[in-house]
Amino acid sequence: MQAIWVIAKRELHSYFDSLMAYIMLVLFLGFSGFFTWLFGSDIFMVGQVSLEAFFNVAFWTLFFFIPALTMRLLAEENKTGTIELLLTKAVTDRQVVVGKFLSTFLLVSIALAFTLPYPITLANIGNLDVGQVVCGYLGLLLLSAAYISIGLFASSITSNQIVAFLTALFIGLFFHLIFDVLAGQFTGAVGLFFDALSLSQHFGSISRGVVDSTDVVYFLSIVFVGLMLAEVSLAKRTIQ
Amino acid sequence: MDIRIENLSKRYASQRAVDGISFEVKTGEILGFLGPNGAGKSSTMKMITGYIGIDGGDILIDGRSVKREGQSLKRYIGYLPEHNPLYLDMPVIDYLQFCAALQGVPNDRIEERTRMMIRLCGLNAEKHKNIGELSKGYRQRVGLAQAMIHDPEILILDEPTTGLDPNQIVEIRRLIREIGKAKTVILSTHILPEVEATCDRILIINKGKIVADGTADTLRQQASGQEVVHLQLEGTTAQHAVEALSALPHVAVVKADEGGSSRFEVKSRAGHSSRRDIFNLCVAKGWVITEMTPVETRLEDIFRNLTVN
Repeated sequence: MQAIWVIAKRELHSYFDSLMAYIMLVLFLGFSGFFTWLFGSDIFMVGQVSLEAFFNVAFWTLFFFIPALTMRLLAEENKTGTIELLLTKAVTDRQVVVGKFLSTFLLVSIALAFTLPYPITLANIGNLDVGQVVCGYLGLLLLSAAYISIGLFASSITSNQIVAFLTALFIGLFFHLIFDVLAGQFTGAVGLFFDALSLSQHFGSISRGVVDSTDVVYFLSIVFVGLMLAEVSLAKRTIQ
Repeated sequence: MDIRIENLSKRYASQRAVDGISFEVKTGEILGFLGPNGAGKSSTMKMITGYIGIDGGDILIDGRSVKREGQSLKRYIGYLPEHNPLYLDMPVIDYLQFCAALQGVPNDRIEERTRMMIRLCGLNAEKHKNIGELSKGYRQRVGLAQAMIHDPEILILDEPTTGLDPNQIVEIRRLIREIGKAKTVILSTHILPEVEATCDRILIINKGKIVADGTADTLRQQASGQEVVHLQLEGTTAQHAVEALSALPHVAVVKADEGGSSRFEVKSRAGHSSRRDIFNLCVAKGWVITEMTPVETRLEDIFRNLTVN
């Protein structure tokens, strides 16, 4: 447990030292703030005391930003060879993977925490449905966790950060969009199957304020499978 | 902690990188690992550290199998990989603290160990710089410091002195010898004088197999077996001298230098020395010996003989 925290702390430091964290925070808050308050179907346009606009923007911005955050996690270590130093320390492959996952998850959580003034402002303007907002944030956290684990896996299979970024985006695109589109194309069992795989469906139901255990299980299984595959691809060096 | 390697092998695709090698290293011993590039040195070291898997055979550290308990054995090992990869964006002091924490050094001792390593490796002036700003020699010191930060029982150093200037090399060697008194050290290198200067024992491997194992002196004896003396004489002709020298009881071959100078190379029969006889002969004949140099087989020659086919 201590090793996981040590690794997560180092990664988090590295995010802030390399300006990556600041760029991510500024862009994320800029985008989501702009589209929530100022432009498009923003809150004043819709005219309801609801953070739906924000959740929709965050749904897309996180989809693009998270691969950019996760791409260097393992790919850089593969390239510079520091992975050899890290894995010959008294840590397991799993601790490395979970530690790196945790670091990015914490960074995204910080970014989301900075948006808390939005619901606080709204609660002052009108009658905010607190339950729905809490569910929306929970949905964003679960979605982030899922994309981080996908990104981490993509980063573990290559030593090129661009490849890691694109791979993560490519895999993410299926969950984000393609399964949803396919679900609309088919009827019956096949349609239901793709519907069950679609991340936007599950996110949608959580952000509407309905936390179903199947939705939570869905996100946690993506996290679990992603982290497991990342660990397997690290462990691959021992068999070859 | 003793390391015993039993019939170890490693295969990459169709190539056998390490091919059934066995040896033992005892506590307090510094083992020099020699071999041409691609001989399997690094692969063997990586297997000891548990970084790559073991295909055949096993490695026993203090009687415990790396294959089965590799994970729990990691903390007894300090490792400096080839090319010395480091986090270039981290300050030296933070990096060492990070390594100490990962290696399970208790929180209240991390500070003390880090300070000690910085002093030991001469990093005091550079401790707040990012590793990326350091010269190669200093990076190498950081690599050594991180390997020793948790005071490991076993040190595996893959080419520890590359990129260091001669003064630093002397310092690092002294450091390794110092540590090697109580610990088990395996170091690989291409620099042959280095093994002689630092190591108690030398292991030469070629194409995944052990071709020589012993101290520098035993290797020399095995390799030559014959005493060779360079001789320069005055007061005689080359032909005369060759005849007289060849007649000595223990002399095997006498070669005169070309060009008529009176320089000779005298090889004795295995296990015998002719230096005394040569001196007596010259005294009897009234020749003047201006040079008599015993020729040591250089480690380079042994290395070349064993690894070039």
